[in-house]
Amino acid sequence: MTDIRLEGVGHSYDGGRTWALRPTTWTWRGSRAYALLGPSGCGKTTLLNIVSGLLSPTTGRIWFGDRDVTGVPTAGRNIAQVFQFPVLYEEMSVYDNLAFPLRNRGLGRAETDRRVREVSRLLGLDEHLRRRSRRLDPGRQQIVALGRGLVRPDVAAVLLDEPLTVVDPAVKWALRSKLKEIHRDTGHTLIYVTHDQTEALTFADEVVVLNEGRIVQAGEPGELFLSPAHEFVGHFIGSPGMNVLPGELAGGVVRVGGTALGRASGDLPPGPVRVGVRPEFVRLGAGHGGLNGLTGRVTGVDRMGAYDLVHAAVDGHPLVVRAEAGAAVTVGEAEPLSFAEGRAFLFRDAVRCGVVEPLDGRPGA
Amino acid sequence: MSEKRPPEVKRRDNRAWWLVLPVVLSVAFTAVIPLMTVVNYSVQDVFSPNDRIFVGLEWFRDVTRDPEVRAAFGRTLLFSAQVLLVEIPLGVAIAATMPRHGRVAVPAALVVVALPLLIPWNVVGTIWQIFARPDIGLGGWAVNRVPGVNFNYTLDATDAWITVLVMDVWHWTPLVALLAYAGLRSIPDPYFQAAQIDGASAWATFRHVQLPRLRGVLTIAILLRFMDSFMIYTEPFVVTGGGPGNATSFLSILLSKIAVGQFDLGPAGAFSLLYFLVVQIACYVFFTVLTRSGR
Repeated sequence: MTDIRLEGVGHSYDGGRTWALRPTTWTWRGSRAYALLGPSGCGKTTLLNIVSGLLSPTTGRIWFGDRDVTGVPTAGRNIAQVFQFPVLYEEMSVYDNLAFPLRNRGLGRAETDRRVREVSRLLGLDEHLRRRSRRLDPGRQQIVALGRGLVRPDVAAVLLDEPLTVVDPAVKWALRSKLKEIHRDTGHTLIYVTHDQTEALTFADEVVVLNEGRIVQAGEPGELFLSPAHEFVGHFIGSPGMNVLPGELAGGVVRVGGTALGRASGDLPPGPVRVGVRPEFVRLGAGHGGLNGLTGRVTGVDRMGAYDLVHAAVDGHPLVVRAEAGAAVTVGEAEPLSFAEGRAFLFRDAVRCGVVEPLDGRPGA
Repeated sequence: MSEKRPPEVKRRDNRAWWLVLPVVLSVAFTAVIPLMTVVNYSVQDVFSPNDRIFVGLEWFRDVTRDPEVRAAFGRTLLFSAQVLLVEIPLGVAIAATMPRHGRVAVPAALVVVALPLLIPWNVVGTIWQIFARPDIGLGGWAVNRVPGVNFNYTLDATDAWITVLVMDVWHWTPLVALLAYAGLRSIPDPYFQAAQIDGASAWATFRHVQLPRLRGVLTIAILLRFMDSFMIYTEPFVVTGGGPGNATSFLSILLSKIAVGQFDLGPAGAFSLLYFLVVQIACYVFFTVLTRSGR
């Protein structure tokens, strides 16, 4: 499988005044499953359409392996793309839908039949081949749409643009495992666009987070959760998102509302910083290890069943703690807080610039 | 101890029927009552307002056997068939070539295409009556400049027929084009993108993406164009007056000649009712066939 390389690729719909996708250099490595995650309007679909050739980028070059495809039209790129809703040739049977791309390329009848049957077996469509495609349920229709992409020989990549939007929640999970299975069996590069973090995290080998036309972080699902490189990643991944408290860095010590929290890693210039910590890594009560010193006034508790979300105010700034179910807290009272060591990060201009370490400098205090 | 809930009684209330009353009244006043006078005429021989006799279905028998009526029926049917065969494909073709995007291009194309629709029937007739004349009409003059062509719609039956047909195509193809354009515009972009990815040619895209989605609007276009062309009156009346001879004497022209020209109210009444019936049946058949074939 070839790599797909973007070299300074950017796109603007209004002649350069605003960028839907800022000039980006990025490589989709062959045979991997990627999730492209981001809020609506962040440039996900733009990026996808540039890869498939439906959109010609304003700047930059696109390479499939060592072939420059920037000027190559969609049909010449051998990309499979599945859209938000099932796009089918509705008056055709499932078989004809699958055969359509091959017939357009003038493949022989026997070869067409062989490939259609192969793909139909892979996707479990054998018993539906003769049916009119519009009579299938939306989930199956998406499978057929996917099949139309997979049926061609030498598919460079499979692009999925929020393909499960129209699918029943109950069927989503089954379809997603089906997609993973297909990925395992065919080894195609997969790029899966979604704004749903669960979908992204459970599906992909690597998650690429896009915000305001820029790739803000890419990595394995666990990595994005445990060490967000950008405030946006902290907010967007995880539920609820990362807490962010304004702080001040002076003499290597991070203070929040005047209280010393810890020492900044590395050698950062003094000035305002933002401290980010996930609700999962904040504990209530004294006597825990980690970063101590802050107190929060409890403002409310959401009982979620398996766990509680305790809302508190630290120096007037909101903070959420994910606590065990049945947390013994009283609204209005002050509670000591501690942050897990290595899980509280410093951000400047929304970008991570360091970690908060314990004050005494001893690891694992 | 099962507690039985009384079955919910739906109170019938027919008061809403009063809301339909205005429609019933206005339709009765404008359509049903005038139609009844036609029915009345069709079964009587009227000599003068005070002197008439009941003749039963005699007029109906006469009209269906009248060779002039039969010839006009054949002509009208042929005309409608030709109108549909030309205008539907042509309208779809025009719609397919109209721009899909563009702040200037789209409105400009719409206005240009819609222009003929804004012209009143008799003005269209007058325009073409002059335009097609071989002596002072630009169109007729130009056609006669082609070697070997001698075009004169006032003398030659075929020329007259072609003139009326071309005029109708000019006047009404825009309607089909606009309907088809609306249908095409409603197709979401991903359908075209998928076709591009599948390597579909322009023709395959049209055949498998656009045409299946035009079924609804084309059903309406076919119905409208059939009804209109089958009842065409004003334009041929202005251009050819039904001539030369009977060459462009369509059913409506013949009907008005009988009713208004000769004042034969009985035959005209029977003729009208049969005419009405034919249009109704044809529309029903078209509609049923077109909507069923899609399932």
